[in-house]
Amino acid sequence: MQNKSSILIALAVVLAAGVSPVVAAEKAKELTGRDIVFERSKGNCLACHGIPGDPEAESPGNAALPFVAMKGRFPDRAKLRAQIWDATAANPNTLMPPFGKHQILTEHEVDLVTDYVQGL
Amino acid sequence: MKQIITALVACMLCAINIGAVAGPEKDRKAVLEHHKKNLPNVKFEDYVYGALALNPDAKAQYDEIMSFPPYLNDMDTAKAMWEKPFGNGKTFASCFPNGGKNVAGGYPYFDNDAGKVVTFENALNACLKKNGEPELKYGSHELTLLSAHAKSLSDGMKVKVEVKGAGALAAYEKGKTLYYSRRGQFNFSCAVCHINYAGKFLRSEQLSPLVGQAAHWPEFRAGTDATSLQERFKQCQKNTRGVPSELNSEEYNNLEYFITYMSNGLPMQTPVFRK
Ligand code: HEC
Ligand code: HEC
Repeated sequence: MQNKSSILIALAVVLAAGVSPVVAAEKAKELTGRDIVFERSKGNCLACHGIPGDPEAESPGNAALPFVAMKGRFPDRAKLRAQIWDATAANPNTLMPPFGKHQILTEHEVDLVTDYVQGL
Repeated sequence: MKQIITALVACMLCAINIGAVAGPEKDRKAVLEHHKKNLPNVKFEDYVYGALALNPDAKAQYDEIMSFPPYLNDMDTAKAMWEKPFGNGKTFASCFPNGGKNVAGGYPYFDNDAGKVVTFENALNACLKKNGEPELKYGSHELTLLSAHAKSLSDGMKVKVEVKGAGALAAYEKGKTLYYSRRGQFNFSCAVCHINYAGKFLRSEQLSPLVGQAAHWPEFRAGTDATSLQERFKQCQKNTRGVPSELNSEEYNNLEYFITYMSNGLPMQTPVFRK
């Protein structure tokens, strides 16, 4: 119900502004880096990584280290992005899916996730 | 020249034969050693409990459910299916040594004449065919229930899958290759989850170790959903965005052969409850 009304609001905004509804609707629901990390059909990073600093990150898995002090562990953004893009490059036996290489996420989504995770 | 070639061929054959004995057993011991290192507190017999062996709370809940399992009615139906005479008056018991008691631990086996792996469900269907009855569909509730009762007659028997001869070894190796192959968009293999990361949690699901995964099938999931081992293969492949194979395909039968070999020496227990 809440979803429906927000779509209606989005549509109303679109019509008022006279923008193409398709483009604007996509914009309206663009996921944030955090959304992608949480969303099961997207990054689903919580399946394996906890986020101790975020109380909404409920019952995460423990197959990998939690996201803490990421800026210190990954001062180099490119390195962090590479790990997310293809974890098998650093560890051929890894469990972590190659999110960029196998197009589980788009290049843009990998960027959003990288920025969000680096801030944790 | 001819003699040298003959000697070479003979020697290749002897190498393959030695492999047939040493390969699978060496594999099994290596996997078991790996589990022991990562999961030091699990007793060998307890591997049959899968992930439950790693989690005392979940195991206590399981024990409580197993003392009065929700599938008791289904098992009565299963027993009646097993005992019901065919049109010719014979029963399933006539197709197995010892009336079907303590035989299931030897399945799957490799049939040299047919050149393929024979699962326990294959043997049940062969029995129907031999007695002029229609065969049951793989993955059907009927076949899974029937198999649950028939296998329960082997409770306590130790899994004893044999890999003897070149054909058997090739089938085992194919199953093993599938277990270790990374497939699908997520690039997972069965082995990464159930060997490398056994015991870890994916969200709230704890990963069971390979050893012990095949001593207790069929199982009842969520109470009364009778599930065969190969249906579980399908589920794991679907969950990980892989492309599942057909039930009773050569691919899955070889996989079942490999997985069950890895449970050798463990006491059978059928059926069991799982989430
Ligand atoms: C199915 C399991 C799984 C999922 C899902 C997963 N990871 Fe990982 N991740 C791992 C494992 C295991 C490691 C340990 C290092 C290795 O083996 O590559 C790891 C390591 C990392 C690292 C390296 C730094 C560290 O903490 O060791 C980062 C960063 C990371 N993952 C980010 C992510 C992000 C972002 C996502 C989601 C878009 C994600 N992971 C999803 C399993 C997973
Ligand atoms: C991304 C992880 C993952 C992959 C890949 C995976 N599984 Fe699983 N599997 C699970 C989880 C989680 C469960 C449920 C918890 C448990 O019992 O292990 C499970 C359960 C099972 C079980 C049931 C254990 C029991 O006692 O009820 C079997 C058998 C199994 N998997 C076999 C396979 C096979 C064969 C493959 C490859 C074709 C495979 N799995 C791939 C995660 C995985």
